[in-house]
Amino acid sequence: MKGVALLPDTASTFAQQVDLLFWFLTAVTVFFTLLIAGLVLYFAVRYRRGSTASRAGAKETDLRLEIGWSMIPLTVGLIVFVWAAKLYADAYGPPPDNALEIFVIGKQWMWHLQHPNGIRENNELHIPAGRPVKLTMISQDVIHSFFVPAFRIKRDVLPGRYNTVWFTPTKPGKYHLFCAEYCGTQHSRMIGWVYVMEPAEYEKWLASGGEARPGAVASGSGTMAGISTASLVQAGEQLYKQLRCNACHGATDGQRGPSHYGLFGKKVKLRDGTVVVADEAYLRESILRPLAKVVDGYEPIMPSYEGLLNEERTLQLIAYIKSLKKPVQTAEVKP
Amino acid sequence: MSVAVAKHGEVKHNYLNAGDTVLSWLLTTDHKRIAVLYLVSVTLFFAVGGLLALLIRLELLTPQGDLMTSENYNRVFTMHGVVMIFLFLIPAIPAVLGNFLVPLMVGARDLAFPRLNLASWYVYMAGGLIATWAMVNGGVDTGWTFYPPYSSSYSTSQVTLTIIGAFLIGFSSIFTGINFIVTIHKMRAPGLTWFRLPLFIWAHYATSVIIVLGTPVVAITLLLVAVERVFRLGIFDPALGGDPILFQHLFWFYSHPAVYIMILPAMGVISEVVACFSRKRVFGYHFVAFSSVAIAVIGFLVWGHHMFTTGQSVYAGMVFSLLSFLVAVPSAVKVFNWTATMYKGHIEFRAPMLYVMGFLGLFVIGGLTGLFLASLATDIHLQDTYFVVAHFHYIMVGGTIFGYLAGLHFWWPKMTGRMYPEGIAKLAALIIFAGFNLTFLPQFVLGYLGMPRRYHWYPEEWQMLHVMSSAGAALLGIGYILPVFYLLWSLRNGALAGPNPWGATGLEWKTDSPPITHNFEETPIVTEEPYAYENHHQQEEVASGTGASTAEA
Amino acid sequence: MVQEQAQQKLSIQFEDIAQQNESYIVGMWTFLVTEIMFFGGLFATYLVYRVANQEVFWEAHRHLSIPLGFFNTCVLLTSSLTMALTVHYSQRGLRKQQLLWLLVTMALACTFLVVKGFEYHHKFVEGLIPGANFRFEPAEHMRVAQLFFSLYFAMTGLHALHVIIGVLVMTILAVLIAIKHPSVQDFIPIELTGLYWHFVDIVWIFLFPLLYLIPR
Repeated sequence: MKGVALLPDTASTFAQQVDLLFWFLTAVTVFFTLLIAGLVLYFAVRYRRGSTASRAGAKETDLRLEIGWSMIPLTVGLIVFVWAAKLYADAYGPPPDNALEIFVIGKQWMWHLQHPNGIRENNELHIPAGRPVKLTMISQDVIHSFFVPAFRIKRDVLPGRYNTVWFTPTKPGKYHLFCAEYCGTQHSRMIGWVYVMEPAEYEKWLASGGEARPGAVASGSGTMAGISTASLVQAGEQLYKQLRCNACHGATDGQRGPSHYGLFGKKVKLRDGTVVVADEAYLRESILRPLAKVVDGYEPIMPSYEGLLNEERTLQLIAYIKSLKKPVQTAEVKP
Repeated sequence: MSVAVAKHGEVKHNYLNAGDTVLSWLLTTDHKRIAVLYLVSVTLFFAVGGLLALLIRLELLTPQGDLMTSENYNRVFTMHGVVMIFLFLIPAIPAVLGNFLVPLMVGARDLAFPRLNLASWYVYMAGGLIATWAMVNGGVDTGWTFYPPYSSSYSTSQVTLTIIGAFLIGFSSIFTGINFIVTIHKMRAPGLTWFRLPLFIWAHYATSVIIVLGTPVVAITLLLVAVERVFRLGIFDPALGGDPILFQHLFWFYSHPAVYIMILPAMGVISEVVACFSRKRVFGYHFVAFSSVAIAVIGFLVWGHHMFTTGQSVYAGMVFSLLSFLVAVPSAVKVFNWTATMYKGHIEFRAPMLYVMGFLGLFVIGGLTGLFLASLATDIHLQDTYFVVAHFHYIMVGGTIFGYLAGLHFWWPKMTGRMYPEGIAKLAALIIFAGFNLTFLPQFVLGYLGMPRRYHWYPEEWQMLHVMSSAGAALLGIGYILPVFYLLWSLRNGALAGPNPWGATGLEWKTDSPPITHNFEETPIVTEEPYAYENHHQQEEVASGTGASTAEA
Repeated sequence: MVQEQAQQKLSIQFEDIAQQNESYIVGMWTFLVTEIMFFGGLFATYLVYRVANQEVFWEAHRHLSIPLGFFNTCVLLTSSLTMALTVHYSQRGLRKQQLLWLLVTMALACTFLVVKGFEYHHKFVEGLIPGANFRFEPAEHMRVAQLFFSLYFAMTGLHALHVIIGVLVMTILAVLIAIKHPSVQDFIPIELTGLYWHFVDIVWIFLFPLLYLIPR
């Protein structure tokens, strides 16, 4: 037995906010539990059969009481609802602009994480303290859930669809990473560690390509920080050329396909007249199932890449397309 | 079976001695006998589910997961959930106590469709045996929620068979629900208006409405999973073109109201028992009655609160969260009203009343911890952790099982004609209360620490809390075994109960214990409000001498 | 009519014939509510996917035969009328007319099933049965088209199952009426079957436009 934990670490700005709400709710719970239990016990003793306590004036119903004890829980509920909804909208809403973007791929039974500069990690995540981190997550098979108790964040990782969550770690340290959605035999081993580092140490770690891992102990849960020679964008560019995407998608809108330059985040008009925002989910769908949403003015002629690209390579392509900025420049954007 | 003996010594005719061949039981259409069949069946399945729970707690004594393999652990917790929910909690109170009492309480000779009632038991047994067979032949490892694509495309266990079992059990509860609705609508005794009905009936009416509206949806949804699994049709698996989140919507559209199927009947029991042992009309009768209906209606609009972390839109999350806070209000209203019923009552500490007092405390904790999960931000952290496990066990065990045991003890004299032994029954109630809290209070802490559900392995620093929980489970197990022995013992050796040992109001107490085959010698006529204990109080003070002495003999 | 009711057998749990009849009717309606929810789950699933895949669902639905679907709609609507006549004559205790219209209803139900069988066969020939042998042009849309046909077969299949059950029940009733069995002396069995049959028709009234008449 290694120590006894009774309180979780609090290592993100969100965790501090959630804890405040959590303890408020705990106070409410304790108060009402003691109130009801106290009344039940008090009545049980005072009005036990045969006791001499006066029963005069016992009522069968009382509208004022009924309204009162409907309104109290309703009011407490509404306060908590508004408080919690605000925090929820923040955590699952868009992250700050300076967020560090990390891609997460879940599969039975490991976490695969990709940093923008190409460093890849399995079941380990190194991030700097004090900077917002945005996770873009997808599963290769069943539903998983990315859960870091110390940050109080959790988000399901779905097959076929990107989910995002962001948080700002505050306290350097080593924290549990769990899969929280039951995913099969080794569900309870789909775990890892999140290392929050001082920004300076993190820079060192980045520079060493993920080799220098201060404070990291081999935890035996399959920790291998792989280093890729290329950044995500570079890998994506290679793939883009290899698949000859540029044959149809040039620097400007062409005959066969629209340009990808400056596409990300823009609104796109489709053939059926609807307008969609070109986010990660749109790009992914258009690569894997191009005919689902055809851009206005183009024929549905693009072949599907479903089955040809795994989630990792799809993410690389998306990273590259995101990096293509207008006005036309020489493709490469160094991270 | 025991036989009630009338004062003169001749054997009195009743539903139990109406026939003693096995066939007379298996082909009975008497709602009381079907209730007894259900009682035996749900008790057996409860024992199976309980043993599986003990295995889980035994495994979690140590963090390394060294008692069984992960494959087996996953099967054990899945089958614990499937057995307890589909085979025990959903049928327990409606099919045993409800079956026995609904016709008696409305003054009818039987349910509207007695053969349908028997069919419901057979369908239940068929479903239960298929599920059991699936368990023995490889088991099932998807969790009781059957989330695809794991259940439809990845699991190699007996998913299809288990789903067929659950499907059949669903139909058995639909049969019961239809029977209750028709009986309560059409077969009330003369003078028994809606607002003279016992709250037990109101609760069962609300339950039946949920069963009728919700169960078919989960039945078709589970069937689609089975079809996807067998024929590889893409309905929920994204690799085949489907949407796994749609499954969750359809599943929880039933399975959240199913929570109310499990708790509402228990609330009905609480109303009866608290009124009887406080010798008072239930405080705010109309509010308690309508809160059951409100729970049934709003309960259908909150399913999305199981999906706050799945990626449904933030606004959908907010709507579901708001509605979840609303559905908490009628439950709170009930608790306050029950507590107020005790105020200025004449409270008698019988075993059923102890269970009621336990229920009030535990249900408050269960309900309030539900607010942590209805609240969006805290749910992000607590979803799929042991906090959720602890929360729903406070509702399901602290609520439903405490209500079931309260009701079983309260109406045991009516069902068998014999009193249970009071002393040991009180002891069992206390052991169950203590064991339950020791088992599940530490799990709230574990959940807040971040212990995920359905984990075979866990970090060492949490072992202390798990050991406490397992110790509590052992105590709880002892508490559950005691009633089996003393209730069986009482069948032969319990004191004779007489028609109304508690001096309770309600039509079921106006006939013999055990009742005759068609319940009443002649159709009763109701002339007074429910729980008219004030009217009876004076007479009972005088009569209590006889009633109490038979009870304690 | 009065004299018909007098012949009815009263089950022990009921006080009088009126209560018994009302109970059966309320019970049947409650059962039909569960049926609505049962189909409702499928309809919800279908609508969610149709909204998400408007284009491909439109393409896939062109493989369904609108004339056959329309013909079947007419057949079922007519059978609803003949069923109503059956109930009408049964309430009046006119055995022969009752039997005649019941047989006509059964014939219409069988017609529906035969046409449905042809449609299914056609899908089989075209390779539109979901599974390993599913073929769809363009191949691009195969996945979603297969989803459409999965739902098509699930919904129409479940409906056809209800039609078959209806035919079986009507067959039994027809035999009982023909041999003047006492259990069909009163109108309640026919009345209940009629309620069920109208429900089956109404489901088809929703299925036909949902599946066969998708707007572009």
